[in-house]
Amino acid sequence: MSVWSLYEVFVRSKHGLNHKHVGSVHAADAEMALENARELYTRRSEGVSIWVVPSNNITASSPDDKEALFDPSDDKVYRHASFYKLPDEVGHM
Amino acid sequence: MTQQEALQQYLLRLADSDMVLGQRLCELCGHAPALEEELALMNLGLDLIGQARNWYEYAAELEGKGNDADYLAFRRDAGEFRNLLLVEQPNGDYAMTMARQFFFDAWHYQTLQALVNSSDERIAQVAGKAIKEVTYHLRRSIEWMKRLGNGTEESHQRMEVAVEELWRFTGELIEADEVDLMMAEAGIGADPEAVKSAWKQMVTDVMTEATLTLQDENAWMHVGGKRGIHTEHLGFLLAEMQFLPRAYPDAVW
Amino acid sequence: MYAQLVETGSKRLKTLEEMGPEERAFQEKIDAEIKIEPKNWMPESYRKTLIRQISQHAHSEIVGMLPEGNWVTRAPSLKRKLQLMAKIQDEAGHGLYLYSAMETLGADRDEEVEKLHTGKAKYSSIFNYPTLNWADIGVVGWLVDGAAIVNQVPLQRTSYGPYARAMVRVCKEESFHQRQGYEILLTMMQKGNDAQKAMVQDAINRLWWPALMMFGPRDDDSPNSAQSMAWKIKRHTNDELRQRFIDQTVPQLELLGCTAPDPELKFNEETGHYDHGDIEWQEFYDVIQGNGPCNRDRIATRKKAIDDGAWVREAAAAYAEKQKQQHQAA
Repeated sequence: MSVWSLYEVFVRSKHGLNHKHVGSVHAADAEMALENARELYTRRSEGVSIWVVPSNNITASSPDDKEALFDPSDDKVYRHASFYKLPDEVGHM
Repeated sequence: MTQQEALQQYLLRLADSDMVLGQRLCELCGHAPALEEELALMNLGLDLIGQARNWYEYAAELEGKGNDADYLAFRRDAGEFRNLLLVEQPNGDYAMTMARQFFFDAWHYQTLQALVNSSDERIAQVAGKAIKEVTYHLRRSIEWMKRLGNGTEESHQRMEVAVEELWRFTGELIEADEVDLMMAEAGIGADPEAVKSAWKQMVTDVMTEATLTLQDENAWMHVGGKRGIHTEHLGFLLAEMQFLPRAYPDAVW
Repeated sequence: MYAQLVETGSKRLKTLEEMGPEERAFQEKIDAEIKIEPKNWMPESYRKTLIRQISQHAHSEIVGMLPEGNWVTRAPSLKRKLQLMAKIQDEAGHGLYLYSAMETLGADRDEEVEKLHTGKAKYSSIFNYPTLNWADIGVVGWLVDGAAIVNQVPLQRTSYGPYARAMVRVCKEESFHQRQGYEILLTMMQKGNDAQKAMVQDAINRLWWPALMMFGPRDDDSPNSAQSMAWKIKRHTNDELRQRFIDQTVPQLELLGCTAPDPELKFNEETGHYDHGDIEWQEFYDVIQGNGPCNRDRIATRKKAIDDGAWVREAAAAYAEKQKQQHQAA
């Protein structure tokens, strides 16, 4: 087993965008994880900000729960603006 | 010595130290203690050799003999190299590699900080780009000094040995000679006194935090690299680095 | 191909009817080009095969640093040195992207690397050949990375999500590698002296056949291919990819003004492809078995680096632990 831990890496590629998961690195601590992530995932100026998170601190939804978790929102069309029909005179809303 | 000659020497010192240390880092390719460190070391080397190229280009223009940066890197013999003795020392174990890096980075950082404000625009411009890279180098090497100095019993021992072994080459970093003084006076180079006190302070702070024994300030120091008097190591380093341009002098690569 | 002869554990494909409901759903997803993600159900053999394939691929990137590292201290100009360093750094990076993808399958990187060091894991046979002159660096970029790209481009669509995404990143970065190599050779051939031209031809003569072997054995001798292709972790057969590589490479070879060490290599008007001579498969198997010119050196070098680095990694971990405790006490 490794004496270093696994960290998941998230990179913000441009100002105004969300951080996006890009992969993982091995590191002894968070500071080193940041350094290693910088060397590995931003060699071609791909980022303006990096997050690192110990992999074992991430709780993921199980794909087996996909239906229970995500299907119910499929039929809630009233959450989308296009559901509401307004007369043309109202203009842009 | 004219100011022009001093400037030429000053540039070669900056360039040659970057180049020689970059070459030492190239030697570590495939031998780093962790895969993540392979990338980090190669990045360091890339930054340093890139900086060397910028300094060489300026030096070659000033020289005005029609030589280019490659000529300065690959066609001069050891006696013409002006790098610090510290950077030509062999890689040794990782404690040695990192202690060498830290002592150099601390000096490099302080020097470039000053050169950003050089009255020579070209120097200020090159330094302005380099300082960003070197700020990161220093941050990394400080972390490694602390990790190895205050890691395990073994790493502490190895770091103590490395620091003791390399200390005798650090005097040259902060000891001003005629070239340094002329350049400082002209507002072109870094103020040696300022670099010296900042370097000492940083080294003391980091070594203390890394639980390492502070070395004797008055210890015997080896100097000569800046004047072209090197340790035996440099000749072999250059023999390898310069092999192709030397063996095929008229070749274009 | 960076991952040769990947054992899948099955010589015959199951039909959908023979599969249980979970495996059937899994296979149907793959057939519909839906990516498999880390926590999805997957057959144990798929998981194991992927770990084997991705780790081989990663090992190849890491071992592949060595033949180039052999010349990085002797690159002939500042420009060439910087290019080569950047390329080698990418290779380390690609190895890490791949190990990272592999770890999403529950494998441990250190354990897989240990298998490389004890000779249990394979890596691309090409890296067991030496780089003997500077032109080899050009040929490695042009032919070896060229062959790797032909193999890797389809893997961007491989069925396992993290692997596919790693390949997208690798392919994007690798595009400069082949051009870098070819440009080295073009410069030597067009602006170089006789000695340099001889270096280029010599390098091609030595590396041509091993480059063709990178795609793995002939389709007739690839018993694992059918399963790998059904799982879409392999998207074309070895011979298809090899032919594609030859077809695109020969015109580049001619542009250089060099020749291949294959007297039977010629364009076939009927098929629209280049015919080529027989590959010495015995040599391929010999190298895979560990008897290539550099197998021992390559493995010994990698093993020494990681073994010698143990105290460094332990020190960093010990320091991190001390910091954590100090932090908690404060």
